Amino acid sequence: MKRQLNFTLNGRQIGLLVEPFARLLDVLRDDLDLTGTKEGCGGGECGACTVLLDGESVTSCLVIALEVEGKSVLTVEGLSNHLELDSLQQAFIDEGAIQCGFCTPGMLLSAKALLERNRAPSVQEIREGLSGNLCRCTGYERIVVAVSKACAKET
Amino acid sequence: MERNYVGKSHPRIDGPIKVLGAAKYIADLKLPNMLYVKILRSPHPHARIVQIDLSQAEKLSGVHAVLSGREFPQKLGLYLVDRPIFAVDKVRFVGEPVAAVAATSLRLAEQALKLIAVDYELLPPVLDLPTALADDAPLVHENLHEYSYIHNVFFPAAHTNIANHAKVRKGNVDEGFRVSDFVFEHTYHVPQMQHVPLEPHGAVAQMDMTGKITVWTGCQSPNAVRKLAAVAFGLPEGRIRVITPQVGGGFGGKAGIGIEGIVIALAMRVAPYPVRLILEREEVFFGTAVRQGLKARIKTGYTKAGRLLAQEAELLWDGGAYTEYGVNIVRAAAYSSAGPYDIAHVKTDSYCVYTNSPVGGPFRGFGMGELHWALEQQIDMIAAKLGMDPVAIRELNAARDGTTNATGEVLRDIGLDKCLAETARLIGMDTPPTEKYRGKGIACMVKGPSTPGTAASAAFLKINEDGSVNLSLSATEIGQGMQTVMAQIVAEELGITPELVYLNAPDTDYTPYEWQTVASRITYSTGNAVRRAAADAKNKLLALAAEKLGALPEELTIVKGVIGRQSGQGAMTSVKELSLGLSLPSGAGLGGPIMGTGYFIPDGIHGMDPATGQTPKVTSHWTFGAQAAEVAVDVETGKVDVLRVAAVYDTGFVLNPLLALGQVEGGIMQGLSVALYEELRMKGGRVENASFVDYKIATAAELPEMLIAFVQTPLEDGPYGARGFGEHTMVPTAPAIANAIYAAVGVRITDLPITPEKVLAALRELDKPRQLL
Repeated sequence: MKRQLNFTLNGRQIGLLVEPFARLLDVLRDDLDLTGTKEGCGGGECGACTVLLDGESVTSCLVIALEVEGKSVLTVEGLSNHLELDSLQQAFIDEGAIQCGFCTPGMLLSAKALLERNRAPSVQEIREGLSGNLCRCTGYERIVVAVSKACAKET
Repeated sequence: MERNYVGKSHPRIDGPIKVLGAAKYIADLKLPNMLYVKILRSPHPHARIVQIDLSQAEKLSGVHAVLSGREFPQKLGLYLVDRPIFAVDKVRFVGEPVAAVAATSLRLAEQALKLIAVDYELLPPVLDLPTALADDAPLVHENLHEYSYIHNVFFPAAHTNIANHAKVRKGNVDEGFRVSDFVFEHTYHVPQMQHVPLEPHGAVAQMDMTGKITVWTGCQSPNAVRKLAAVAFGLPEGRIRVITPQVGGGFGGKAGIGIEGIVIALAMRVAPYPVRLILEREEVFFGTAVRQGLKARIKTGYTKAGRLLAQEAELLWDGGAYTEYGVNIVRAAAYSSAGPYDIAHVKTDSYCVYTNSPVGGPFRGFGMGELHWALEQQIDMIAAKLGMDPVAIRELNAARDGTTNATGEVLRDIGLDKCLAETARLIGMDTPPTEKYRGKGIACMVKGPSTPGTAASAAFLKINEDGSVNLSLSATEIGQGMQTVMAQIVAEELGITPELVYLNAPDTDYTPYEWQTVASRITYSTGNAVRRAAADAKNKLLALAAEKLGALPEELTIVKGVIGRQSGQGAMTSVKELSLGLSLPSGAGLGGPIMGTGYFIPDGIHGMDPATGQTPKVTSHWTFGAQAAEVAVDVETGKVDVLRVAAVYDTGFVLNPLLALGQVEGGIMQGLSVALYEELRMKGGRVENASFVDYKIATAAELPEMLIAFVQTPLEDGPYGARGFGEHTMVPTAPAIANAIYAAVGVRITDLPITPEKVLAALRELDKPRQLL
């Protein structure tokens, strides 16, 4: 029996009916067609499904959709302003921090949460801050450099 | 020679779409009336299927089809046709597909699985190499002698568990050992592992009412999927269309044909509804190709000066339950068995062995990582015995122009010595760390693409009215950056900018043939095809421009889409203006819409002699490299910290420095991860650690400092001199780390992965004599 869910998504108020056991990941991808958030493991271990929930990074595969009632969710689709990329997105492109792109949305959101917590993280803090997001292609180095440069730009 | 676009770090053309979260992968594809697929998998490693009852599952409302090997007994195989789509008479590994359901929701499909009843009669399982190779071994494939395979290339041994036996006999090893001052023998072990692409495997299939089948699949080889499915189902290739969206990492695990057989079978049953199968991460661990395991025994004869004279290698590969692809890894290891060294006498026996384990398949390096784990520690141990510097012994034995490899091929244009010297310099091999329990180690590597001599690439492009180009390739973007490099090549050849080159998605109905996106061959092979297609289009443009400008085509040049005389004088025209042909002053038209085609097959590849493995050219080219690691070992816990890694590769020509750097960094991390953390832990044939909770891969927190450089010894037939490059960067990392650990604390781990427990146990062994005193 579906239940009503109202929350703020990428800055807009929305409401829809969801299955009681649906994960936030399923609601985003299947009900709302926001397929930028990826499923890599379904167990909260790989970080591909990372979104921001009231500014905190969470693995959306472990969040029951109804839990976000009244809260605010930010997905990769909400990072850019129309066609204008956010500084993290631009830095990823400039520094070669993307290969297959599957971990990229989750990495961007984790990096965003990190920079909100800590305006000028050290390289070590960036490495640790991103250690919950697995990447098999890039070896992480370009991603760490991109995050470093993005926060240098902001300050 | 001055180049405008190749050799520059052009930003990835698929960068924006990926950071926007707008790149579409297979799981993002939504079609109307899609049915969802779940697979029923065998719980046993080896058992006869006595009976399957699908009737209760079929009755469940919302279930459109339930299929098993009874309905679809077809077998698949790239090199040896041994792998059924669904288990037929028996199951051969825990996780083997026994049946599949297509239903209107995943939940219903899962419920239906529970209603399928299967009766098994357990058979004695073959769970390790000794059991598989024993005289009275249970046979995994009793009917091996009936399977079709590529004769004279692969050598299955009927009525055994040996799916392939590849041989190399170069010179005379017995003579070589006789004249050696010393002989040293050691064994090495690599367990089965998983590629762990971030994106789980997936495929969607749909058959329309005319019988045409469309398959969307996150794969590396759309043409292989089409071909192998056509052969298995007895259909003409043109009746099957394979489309590849963005792929979230392959590493070999999405090569050949995988789960597509299952969705095609279901699609045929439920036409016209599309069926969708996306694997759970757990299924990826044991239900897709895994890295073959290796037990290697290497015996080396050498002089007191450190010169390697003779090598005898016995390579026992755990190929798992099906080896239709894995047989070629075994062959590649045989012909590469001298590694990056010049050894006069080589005897190699490389066996692909069936076990009741997950299916072994291509894993980044295609046997080279496993082989070099053995070879690079062997030479290091020999150096230690002689009191010789590990760099010096490699310099002494390194392959160079004029030396021969294991197949007797005379090598040329080899830059290994430069890679070795620069790697040693970057890490400072001549200055050992002063801190306690720290050490540096080095390892070299070599790899060539392991493809049939007929493996072809083809490219097609057309020019649009705005001067842009649509480039059609069946090569797949798996993250390696091929789309960007191909755009750079078109831009370079045609005289336009890379931003104006658009890559069409691989679609076997529209994009021309590509053998497979594997073997690090796309830059080399497809790059050549693309270069030719662009040159073809350029010739047509220049012929029309010559007509228009009253010049000879040879006098003209194209720069940023503007066509004019090289002298810069006189009238100009443009790519845009001529894209649909030339408009004459009279009002007539000349020529037509500009298109270009090109193809490439490497020249002169020659098969291996079945008895000796000797051949003048087994592969199109070789790529060499070296890596060195500096590690710190915690002797209380056995934990190894990789502090720095240096890596130098001879890629012939670096087409895009930033992308090439990314390949090295990614490979180093995967190599580090494989060295320290990864193995499929098996119990009774079952993978016990099929999740990220228990199968750990390296994270950003494990990053070492990376020092990377490139050597460029041009490859004569590579595009701009470029060699294949991609897999190579994770091949020598594990042995470099093992060698560094030896330098740090004097223990040698020859059994991957290098866990803290193994290091501690080895340290205690070292300590024992001291404790007894």
